[in-house]
Amino acid sequence: MKKMHPVAIRIMHWTNAIAMVIMIMSGWKIYNDEVIFGFLHFPDAITLGPWAQHGLQWHFFGMWVLGLNGLAYLVYGLATGRFRRLLLPISPREVIREALAALSFRLQHADLTHYNAVQKTLYVGVILVIILQVISGLAIWKPVQFSFLTALFYDFQGARLAHFFGMTAICLFMVVHVALALLVPKTLLAMVTGGPRVDEDPAARVPSAHASNM
Amino acid sequence: MSILRRPTSLFRPRRGPNQSLLTENRALIEDIDRRKLLRGAVSLGALSMLTGCDIAEQSQVQSALRSVSSFNDWVQAKIFDPNKLAPTYSVDQVVKPPRFNAYYEIENVKPVDLASWKLELSGLITDKRPWGLDQISALPEQEVIIKHICVEGWDYIGQWSGPNLRQFLTQIGADLSAKYVAFHGQDDYMESIDMASALHPQTILATKYAGEPITDPFGAPLRLRTAVKLGFKNPKWIRAIEVTNTYQEGFWEKQGFNWFSGL
Repeated sequence: MKKMHPVAIRIMHWTNAIAMVIMIMSGWKIYNDEVIFGFLHFPDAITLGPWAQHGLQWHFFGMWVLGLNGLAYLVYGLATGRFRRLLLPISPREVIREALAALSFRLQHADLTHYNAVQKTLYVGVILVIILQVISGLAIWKPVQFSFLTALFYDFQGARLAHFFGMTAICLFMVVHVALALLVPKTLLAMVTGGPRVDEDPAARVPSAHASNM
Repeated sequence: MSILRRPTSLFRPRRGPNQSLLTENRALIEDIDRRKLLRGAVSLGALSMLTGCDIAEQSQVQSALRSVSSFNDWVQAKIFDPNKLAPTYSVDQVVKPPRFNAYYEIENVKPVDLASWKLELSGLITDKRPWGLDQISALPEQEVIIKHICVEGWDYIGQWSGPNLRQFLTQIGADLSAKYVAFHGQDDYMESIDMASALHPQTILATKYAGEPITDPFGAPLRLRTAVKLGFKNPKWIRAIEVTNTYQEGFWEKQGFNWFSGL
């Protein structure tokens, strides 16, 4: 019996968290040098690096951590069946029902090892947004060498805009994710200690038999 | 050893400068090094007394980030495809006049005296005779309508023409296997680019914008326009071109920007 979050997942999760904070805060510094929206400047206190060039240095360091760690995570998730086991299937009807329940604080969190439909949607969604973020990032970095990627976003400014909205989506996810983890602290604890032990064979799983055994 | 010397990077030239230059100028180099060491020691000491913060720790993060930046230079050179052309645009998309950019304001541009202007050549070049503007104007002209992309994030479409750099380098007998081509501006601005980018088909020595001679704020009489580098890698008001195997940090790299900065 393995823990719900094997040590590899925990390392990758926290590495990603650090890399993401570096990318967002240095990205804000870079954004401030040529703002997209005149009304929006990020305060220096929440940006990384004293000047734009230092923001760029951090961003082009963080991209390696985020990219390589993310790649390892995707390979791990696909190869071990973790994605299939935890994130699929997602039923639209369940998503709506559970989203309404969550908004009225009636969503049960008895079984940590089984994600509800809202969680599944958010996790799959943020993974896809991060992948898109890497693609728009490459389109901005190499608009000539990877001009086919830049063309996906219409042009260079389109890629910048997509990169900005991707950041916004990730920030919104982080707000919800962190808030819920603090509301249900045992989920946060599970990402540190590994959480309850689970059966690795999905066929042997009987959802009702998996009450939290923390 | 000077403590101010940057640590040798894995990704910077292994061959380094021509050793004969070092031997010839040993006295001068040692003198400069001693002065730098002295000055550096004094100012570092003064700084640490003033701020009370841990400068050593700060500069360790800085030097680690700069090493990653050097690694990224290497990665970008690997990604660079010498035959990949940048997208080009139509004449009616051209922005007139071009957007001004420099490390100072447009009012502070010091126009180049065209009557006395000469293009100096140095380094690994067979024929180092300087070029006059009339000689350059007599060369075949290439036009590129390309995007100028600034490291800050803005861009505009410009229409530039002038001699192709590869043809020019070939004509003056430059060593095309050298690593770098450095451009020195009238305003003491210097930027160097890798030889592969210098030889790219869309890299030109621009003398005209939208069919007219380039005006003073935009680099008259001669500036670099390459489709494969960020804007700041395109020096204006060029007074000298140098072909070399010695890596030289340009104006913006000294401030911490990435050297390769390829698009």
